[in-house]
Amino acid sequence: MRHIISILLENEAGALSRVAGLFSARGYNIETLTVAPTEDVSLSRLTIVTSGTDAVVEQITKQLNKLIDVIKVVDLSEAAHIERELMLLKVRATGKDREELKRLTDIFRGHIIDVTESTYVIELTASGAKLDSFIQAIDAGLILETVRTGVCGIGRGERILKV
Amino acid sequence: MTMMTGAEIVIRCLQEEKVEYVFGYPGGAVLHMYDALFKQDQVKHILVRHEQAAVHAADGLARSTHKVGVALVTSGPGATNAVTGIATAYMDSIPLVVIAGQVPTEYIGQDAFQECDTVGITRPCVKHNFLVKDVHDLAVTIKKAFFIANSGRPGPVVIDIPKDITAAKCKFEYPETIQLRSYNPVVKGHLGQIKKALHLLLEAKRPMVYSGGGVILSNGAEQLTKLVRRLGFPITNTLMGLGAYPASDPQFLGMPGMHGTVEANLAMQNCDVLLAIGARFDDRVIGNPANFSSIPRKIIHIDIDPSSISKRVKVDVPIVGNVPDVLDEMSKLLDAGNATPDGEVLAGWWKQIDEWRAKQCMKYRMKKGVIMPQYVIEKLYEVTKGQAIVTSDVGQHQMWAAQYYKFDQPRRWLNSGGLGTMGVGLPYAMGAALANPEMQVACVTGEGSIQMCIQELSTAKQFRLPIKIINLNNRYLGMVRQWQEMFYGSRYSESYMDSLPDFVKLAEAYGHVGIRVERPEDVEGALKKAFIDHKDDLVFIDFITDQKANVFPMVAAGKGLADMLLTEDL
Repeated sequence: MRHIISILLENEAGALSRVAGLFSARGYNIETLTVAPTEDVSLSRLTIVTSGTDAVVEQITKQLNKLIDVIKVVDLSEAAHIERELMLLKVRATGKDREELKRLTDIFRGHIIDVTESTYVIELTASGAKLDSFIQAIDAGLILETVRTGVCGIGRGERILKV
Repeated sequence: MTMMTGAEIVIRCLQEEKVEYVFGYPGGAVLHMYDALFKQDQVKHILVRHEQAAVHAADGLARSTHKVGVALVTSGPGATNAVTGIATAYMDSIPLVVIAGQVPTEYIGQDAFQECDTVGITRPCVKHNFLVKDVHDLAVTIKKAFFIANSGRPGPVVIDIPKDITAAKCKFEYPETIQLRSYNPVVKGHLGQIKKALHLLLEAKRPMVYSGGGVILSNGAEQLTKLVRRLGFPITNTLMGLGAYPASDPQFLGMPGMHGTVEANLAMQNCDVLLAIGARFDDRVIGNPANFSSIPRKIIHIDIDPSSISKRVKVDVPIVGNVPDVLDEMSKLLDAGNATPDGEVLAGWWKQIDEWRAKQCMKYRMKKGVIMPQYVIEKLYEVTKGQAIVTSDVGQHQMWAAQYYKFDQPRRWLNSGGLGTMGVGLPYAMGAALANPEMQVACVTGEGSIQMCIQELSTAKQFRLPIKIINLNNRYLGMVRQWQEMFYGSRYSESYMDSLPDFVKLAEAYGHVGIRVERPEDVEGALKKAFIDHKDDLVFIDFITDQKANVFPMVAAGKGLADMLLTEDL
């Protein structure tokens, strides 16, 4: 099963590689990983999408908690949460495709943020699944480049991950 | 406050931590620190002959005491040589602080002479590691390192210190205590869980206690013995846990696992309530976890590390906490409730265990004129009156030492159980001998293992360490040979040790006493000569033993615990 794990960790050199190293050393998989400092710059917030049985995910959270740099670990997917991912898509936009791509971007509530005579860069923020459907909706031959940030997520309402 | 150099700060911190011995080897990147060492006499430095042995010796000191072992190595090869020692300590949760020199900060990343990414290389085999980037952080980092190494589930911590940091100056201030927002190990167990566990234990029809290295590491042997005696339950100690419960006590069933006793393994397999304490259901202990779980039983697991619980085997009552604290709480609750298990039910279980015991699975046959390795260990036990610190390397001799030397006290049996590192025996004995000068120290080894750190005979001479090396020399890499005999059609691929040195002459060349023993009737005399006549010398006894002796009982890898192979002639 797919799980989104959120981690608060010390914003220190090497902290990220401890987390990444743990996953590879113990054979856990990482589908996406995002990391950036929080409002408190001494802290980083890291989001990992992984998959595994309940027993495996339980081990993952326990092992993460064991890392000295890790302050808190939460399995976001255990309860109500929101997830978002940002994608930048460079597409070939010529002739009648220009109008069609614009229309599709609007339907998916994306933005065209760069325009040349022959290309668009489309920005889209949504759940990972929605990004996948957007890619599928576009003629594969038109896609020149895809950049995705990976998932970041947050609990709904009073569910707060803080030191 | 006077200004101090980084190097002086390092040594001063070691003094503050009451470190008596540092095991190390100098080199370019640590010269400032060696200079600071030279100018004081509180911290004594033990010059090893290879950095691997420095870490093992510090590890041996830590295992035989409750102190943090300290090693000091230079950058590059000094650090990479230390890695095996660090990984060995990590697998067995031994508290160490390993200080490594690093090239100057501005050279890092430039492929400088003797540069390596020490923090990167050691990351997967340390509890934590640090690269010090500012001399002002140095003292606090060292404080953190000692705190992390010796709290919670212990483990090795590496501090990588660039050379320029050891030359830079700042004011010295050593914090009394340290707080880490991201690290607060739990000590007290959850009361509700403890009560639940006691309820299960008192209701059990076939209870069994299984304790591991965690009991030794947490100094919980006394609490364990008290509780188990009070309950009257059978108990087994793992390879890492030997000595936590007195081996000579009738409630002790011997070691479990791949080379465990019939009674310990069958009791583990057939119990209805298993109390696991500071143990981790290792593959060498329970065999195939699916087979182990196929028989229903309730499992209570006490461990300070939550990630050890339900890792290989699903646990019914997890108790996260420090072992002695949890066991004390259990005893207190039992006293308060004046509760005892049903004696009649227990008697039936003991009757069953005694039937398994009657198989006498540890019996072995003596061959005329040939020294049986098991016999040497039995005699070692007699001659040392069961009071020695015994270290071992890895292989058949390790198993025989664990099986036939009855450890009645904790911290007397030092071996590499997790990583299984050949070569640890002699350096472990060095660390143990330094930390316990009043005790007899024996290193049980084989002709394969001893050669992996043989250079330390030189260190042992320099520091006059009266270790007794019990070399069970069968001219084979015995455990490899045993597996080849049993599972590879007796094709002894590369397991025969040709061109062995004359160990007696070798010992003498290093300035020690060497004895060769070839007949069973000379075993006891040689041991007495070593432990009594040559009490203050290192004695290397080369026992020429039976070449084909195998370790039994044996559960083949991947099999279930009940699937034991016994001695061929039983």
